Amino acid sequence: MSEIAIERGAERSTERGSGLGRWLRNPWRRPVFLAGFTWAYLAWSILPVLIAILFSFNAGRSRSVWQGFSMRWWTGDPNDALFHDPALRQAIVQSLRLSFITMIIAVPLGTMFAIALDRWHGRPAKTANFGMLFSFVMPEIILGVSLYLLFTNLFKGFVHLGTGAQLLGLITFQLSYPVIIVRARLLTIGPEYEEAAMDLGATPGQALWRALLPLLFPAIFASFAITFADTIDDFVTVNYLASTAASQPLSVKIYSAARGSPTPAVNAAATFMLISTMMAIGVGFLIYRVFSRGQRSGEAGAGVTDFVNA
Amino acid sequence: MASTVQEPALPDAPPEPKGSKVAHEESSGVWYPKWYWPSFASPATIWLAIFFILPLYVVLSVAFGTSDPIFGAPLPVYEPWYWSSSSFVHVIGRFFGAAAFWQPALLRTFVFVFLASLLCLLIGFPVAYYVARYGGKHKGLYLLLLVAPFWISYLMRIFAWQSLLTSDGIVNSILRILHIAPNPIDWLSGKPITVILALVYGYIPYLILPVYAGIDRMNVSLLEAGRDLGASPWQTFRRVTLPQSKQAILAGLVIVSLPMFGDYYTNDLMGSPKTSMFGNLIDKTITQQGQGPRAGSLVLILMVILLIPMAYYLRSTRRAAEGEG
Repeated sequence: MSEIAIERGAERSTERGSGLGRWLRNPWRRPVFLAGFTWAYLAWSILPVLIAILFSFNAGRSRSVWQGFSMRWWTGDPNDALFHDPALRQAIVQSLRLSFITMIIAVPLGTMFAIALDRWHGRPAKTANFGMLFSFVMPEIILGVSLYLLFTNLFKGFVHLGTGAQLLGLITFQLSYPVIIVRARLLTIGPEYEEAAMDLGATPGQALWRALLPLLFPAIFASFAITFADTIDDFVTVNYLASTAASQPLSVKIYSAARGSPTPAVNAAATFMLISTMMAIGVGFLIYRVFSRGQRSGEAGAGVTDFVNA
Repeated sequence: MASTVQEPALPDAPPEPKGSKVAHEESSGVWYPKWYWPSFASPATIWLAIFFILPLYVVLSVAFGTSDPIFGAPLPVYEPWYWSSSSFVHVIGRFFGAAAFWQPALLRTFVFVFLASLLCLLIGFPVAYYVARYGGKHKGLYLLLLVAPFWISYLMRIFAWQSLLTSDGIVNSILRILHIAPNPIDWLSGKPITVILALVYGYIPYLILPVYAGIDRMNVSLLEAGRDLGASPWQTFRRVTLPQSKQAILAGLVIVSLPMFGDYYTNDLMGSPKTSMFGNLIDKTITQQGQGPRAGSLVLILMVILLIPMAYYLRSTRRAAEGEG
């Protein structure tokens, strides 16, 4: 219906004046200028990254002048290639380790917090939620420096800088993602499924575990993916809380290399980070689709049905 | 079994109607002991208390403490009644007064963040508007491309531009071929324009998405009504579209300017000390021996500066959440 209105509007408009003037007179016609602007923006936003990926395959040392295709900076060079340079290899392991452990701890903590916020509307819950959101909007430098000061002063000798401190910082910083994602999902579920399960004789614990949790799986897996991807990319917190070069993940290596004289191995490292992130998001999305497809076809109460059958 | 007393919800029951929070609370009150849900909230709450609230108190204690005269390590003072404001006053003196060495960085931060946020809006609004209004059946593709920068690390995106802007980089080659600048321009030697554009490039996705959501939510029939009642397209835009997307625009501006205020890495990679910002002051000070109290004071000042925009953002998101469900 609105399309007809749009068409009619287009006919009504007078066909003179400059492009912009004509568009201002009738914004419903095909906005050629806006379309071009949007595509120019998208090219501006994505092309530089594609060029950086391309240069990880450069045969020469330059990251701005193309000297032919080679795998030199990925595997070829025995010392400086991403997969041969011992420092970079260690950094890859550190990146993956930090992201995995952060994900494993932050998501359950956040999920429990989200469920509690959804079901408990007391004043303490509101205060805790406010604190969580506050940590979400706080610039990371404040969080990183304050944790650095905490670990080097009040917790001195108790928490050492390095992997442990980095994990504590990362979990704090990532906690809000699962809370926000799982809470959004809980808003659409409502308490009916647990109530049904308990009507059928389940204890509150069983209702939660076997009725609510399966319904939350899509949100939980989405949180896993996002937390993992975001932790791989993080470098402010991990940089402040690193101790020796051994605890520096890939992101910190890229940062320090970019300030010196980087080789295309840094492009390869950044591309590797990008691939890890995309894979995490891709896997998360696939699992999300699998779980939410079942629910779309009317099996939203699968957990409840299972419980009755058991 | 009590299933006859209360009808269990059907599996494909529609989502809970809006504003049913009260019923929600009552029904859970029937089923669960009082401590049940609070116990779910406690692990994350305790975590936040230890690793988010406590560190902020340590920042206060360091800022108002002293440092070791020999080793230079900060000596925080945890009892507020013993706090000394000498470091804090010293830092304030670096910003205002006769020895205001840091004042340029402070002013620069405000100017850079203001210009970069403004540019984010000027570039981001038309894009968000186009995708929300005219995306049509390609909306999914557009959104995918708009979200893509979120999954590419900020470092890599800035690093990519750093390579493009080197003296033998692609940007200078294009300028040479087009005869705009025959001699290579030294973009990375601390040019404000480079740092501002890098900030825009880095943070603009965070503005486009909320603005897109705001325009997408808007009721199209209001626009049609405006047009039917004789308003010109420009009038409709100014008096219907803009007021309706004002909240989203403000939220977008806050969400890009908050991290810009704390940014130091963009300047590290794209600028020089000539373009350093507030974040660089913190980053430099925290690594220097004997400067702990000053670093703490700087963090404190940044928090105070950002308190109002942060509070505004939290309030507006809470209002949006309450309005929706």
